[in-house]
Amino acid sequence: MSRQRLLGLNGDEAAAYAIKQVNPDVVAAYPITPQTIIVERFSEYVADGLVDTEFIAVESEHSAMSCCIGAAAAGARAFTATAANGLALMWEMLYIAASLRLPIVMAVVNRAMSAPINIHNDHSDSMGARDSGWIQIYCENSQEVYDACIEAWRIGEHLDVQLPVMVCLDGFTLSHTMENVLTLSDEAVRDFIGERPYIKVEGHLGEAEFRLDPEKPLTMGPLDLYDFYFEHKMHQVEAMKEALKAVPEIDEEYAEISGREYRLLHPYMMEDAEVALIGLGSTMGTVRYVVDRMRKRGLKVGMVRMRVFRPFPTEELQKLLKDVEVVGVLDKAMSFGAPGGPLYEELRTIFYDVDENPLIVDYIYGLGGRDTPPHLIEEAYEGLLEVKRRGEAVEKLRFLGVRM
Amino acid sequence: MKEAKPGWRELPFGAVPYKSSLEYHTGDWGVERPEFDLEKCTRCTLCHFYCPEGAISFDAGHPEVDLRYCKGCGICANECPAGAIRMVRKG
Amino acid sequence: MSKAITLKEAVKKPDLLASGHRLCAGCAEPIIARLVLKASRGAIIATTATGCLEVATTIFPYSAWRIPWIHTAFENAAATASGIEAAWRAMRRKGRGPLARYETLDIVAFAGDGGTYDIGLQALSGALERGHDFTYVLLDNEAYMNTGIQRSGGTPYCAWTTTSPAGTVIPGKREWKKPIDEIVIAHETPYVATVSPAYPLDLMQKAARAFETEGPAFIHAISPCCRGWRFPSNKTIEVARLAVETCFFPLYECRVEDGRPIYKLSPPSLAIAKRPERKKPVEEYLRIQGRFRHLFRPERREGLIERIQRWVDRRWEMLLEKADL
Ligand SMILES: Cc1ncc(C[n+]2csc(CCOP(=O)(O)OP(=O)(O)O)c2C)c(N)n1
Ligand code: SF4
Ligand code: SF4
Ligand code: SF4
Ligand SMILES: [Mg+2]
Repeated sequence: MSRQRLLGLNGDEAAAYAIKQVNPDVVAAYPITPQTIIVERFSEYVADGLVDTEFIAVESEHSAMSCCIGAAAAGARAFTATAANGLALMWEMLYIAASLRLPIVMAVVNRAMSAPINIHNDHSDSMGARDSGWIQIYCENSQEVYDACIEAWRIGEHLDVQLPVMVCLDGFTLSHTMENVLTLSDEAVRDFIGERPYIKVEGHLGEAEFRLDPEKPLTMGPLDLYDFYFEHKMHQVEAMKEALKAVPEIDEEYAEISGREYRLLHPYMMEDAEVALIGLGSTMGTVRYVVDRMRKRGLKVGMVRMRVFRPFPTEELQKLLKDVEVVGVLDKAMSFGAPGGPLYEELRTIFYDVDENPLIVDYIYGLGGRDTPPHLIEEAYEGLLEVKRRGEAVEKLRFLGVRM
Repeated sequence: MKEAKPGWRELPFGAVPYKSSLEYHTGDWGVERPEFDLEKCTRCTLCHFYCPEGAISFDAGHPEVDLRYCKGCGICANECPAGAIRMVRKG
Repeated sequence: MSKAITLKEAVKKPDLLASGHRLCAGCAEPIIARLVLKASRGAIIATTATGCLEVATTIFPYSAWRIPWIHTAFENAAATASGIEAAWRAMRRKGRGPLARYETLDIVAFAGDGGTYDIGLQALSGALERGHDFTYVLLDNEAYMNTGIQRSGGTPYCAWTTTSPAGTVIPGKREWKKPIDEIVIAHETPYVATVSPAYPLDLMQKAARAFETEGPAFIHAISPCCRGWRFPSNKTIEVARLAVETCFFPLYECRVEDGRPIYKLSPPSLAIAKRPERKKPVEEYLRIQGRFRHLFRPERREGLIERIQRWVDRRWEMLLEKADL
């Protein structure tokens, strides 16, 4: 393990600092609260000559992602960062980046989708992009933001994966909150990420590495109709499966240099848990605190923090939750008109054909940055215990912390 | 003859096309083709530049049409300053 | 500066856009693309916005492009090109990867009028303002052809399209063509030129200058579309020539020198400037296109034809003033 330096960084700064150490070829970004610090810090690194990156101060997020796509197609490592409306403006290009198999890395500083306009945190932005073909990592704290912004390159660029990666961090709660962050040396980061590898493909003019090279021309992004499009989508299905294997491999390698062990899922007090909450992001820190408090009262509660939402770790979740009697899902996004939030729906889906399955209820919480203090989490656990007592969940979709 | 299309595992990564358009013959699109009067032709080469298909070459020192690709649009005949091109029925 | 292009040399250059593409018979877009590519200095990468050229040249599993080429979306050709250019710069600085080899790299973005005047204007403006070293080629067929001939900001006054039909009350498009060149020139774009496929040598020479320009260059090509403009496929070049001869689409270049735009008429238009009697009435241009048919049939719409002539005259005079003629 290499020597590490402790720095006081907020989540945005942690992302910017990691990206500085990665020293990507191209960064194209557009400011939006609460992501602005990332762009500002990175601009300073560029202005001070601390990176060799071409920084493109684009005129929109749509162009930010388009620039990243052009750059990554040309063989570059490309990074961007955004939030909410900015992510929505990129929406078209998200699918294109993933379908073109370009391992771009993007920090998404989670913020509520307009309207009404709101700058605070929930997950309605990145959850809206969950089907776009990006890998999604949700961070709990600044340390994790830093680490994920380094690991993401290796995950996305893995030769069996070749997909773009979103590193999601909660707006303000993480982005603007100073924490102690252990940082690797520049050298350790450089050694860990190495050079971007390229897949060899047999194009219409012969074999080439998958990038725009005048000496070995390839055509990228053709017109693809009903006779081939479906097959190409299968490539993406397969890549996500591979990503599920690649993430733990890379986590392990990263643990060797950092001492920090990340997994797809981070369970806590699950060995004998009768009821459990599952969720994503910074709230799970609060949940852990509440678990400790309730455990002191002798209540068998546990929790699972999902770090990787895409690809969805189905089997791992089934294993982890099958013996739990009641699972509460913490969804920081609503899928309007649907039975519940996105995580809830997927969790129920994976348990549909498992014999031993928990009762599952959904807690929509924290929309628009609504505070979720320990007592609300406790309320959710009490709700789960109540379901357990009754043996059934009458009300499956619940709203935590909204005034009635 | 219809060839079987490859399954997804056989297709190149990244939806990269694997055939040159040269393998796709558009020569059956139109009903006419140009006929050159090499006596009249001044070798000005304009027909080469005007052909949307790049079907007229001067490799032989005079205009030659590649009927695998000529769509019979008639631009070359319309534009030849020497009146050296005439459109005739294909086949 | 490289050697001046001649037809004799250019005819020997292999086509970088191969035969076997599926654009309509008589389409001007591949003529323009072939000519632009012939003017390349060597290493070249192209991106193309969604539109006829893009779809018809890359129908999977086929591709007609003999150069590295990418399509990403409709409204972002300039942004995609910006990213490619930034990648090249970074690679050169770091001495990494194949792009580091090239001291000069011709990065070209092709886009239609829809992808330029309308939905792509913001990305274009951003790329011009940032000053990326690339060449943007506007293939102006004056409507959204790929989706079935809908009007765009580049569609001329009175032209019939499927969304500006010539009805009994409204005679086709009610707005005038957006002055895209002025918009681009106002960005202090180092090199701007208009081209017509009827003048291949002029077109290739301008493309060569565009490639040589440091910073952004903009080539605006009039691209007659036999299908959407409603004329026989053999008339494409004739129409492209009449656009110039009537001064509907004059040929010129504009360079920025000491922060001032310096206009220079190109030979076909300069000849008209010198001998104004050579300027053909716009009617000759309108008449051979079915999209203006309602101006002549069932009865002649003199007032509308005159208005178009006045628009042409006024813009031509303005151009002459700008070119100090
Ligand atoms: C965001 C978006 N909106 C609409 C379309 C549909 N579309 C595809 S091509 C096109 C028109 C292209 O027109 P133009 O740029 O003039 O190119 P042309 O086909 O005429 O050469 C449209 C509207 C799209 N692909 N993407
Ligand atoms: S345009 Fe006519 S004269 Fe010129 S080379 Fe072609 S055939 Fe000959
Ligand atoms: S008819 Fe059209 S396609 Fe055929 S050679 Fe002449 S210009 Fe080319
Ligand atoms: S519709 Fe017009 S622009 Fe499109 S391919 Fe046909 S002729 Fe060319
Ligand atoms: Mg068009």
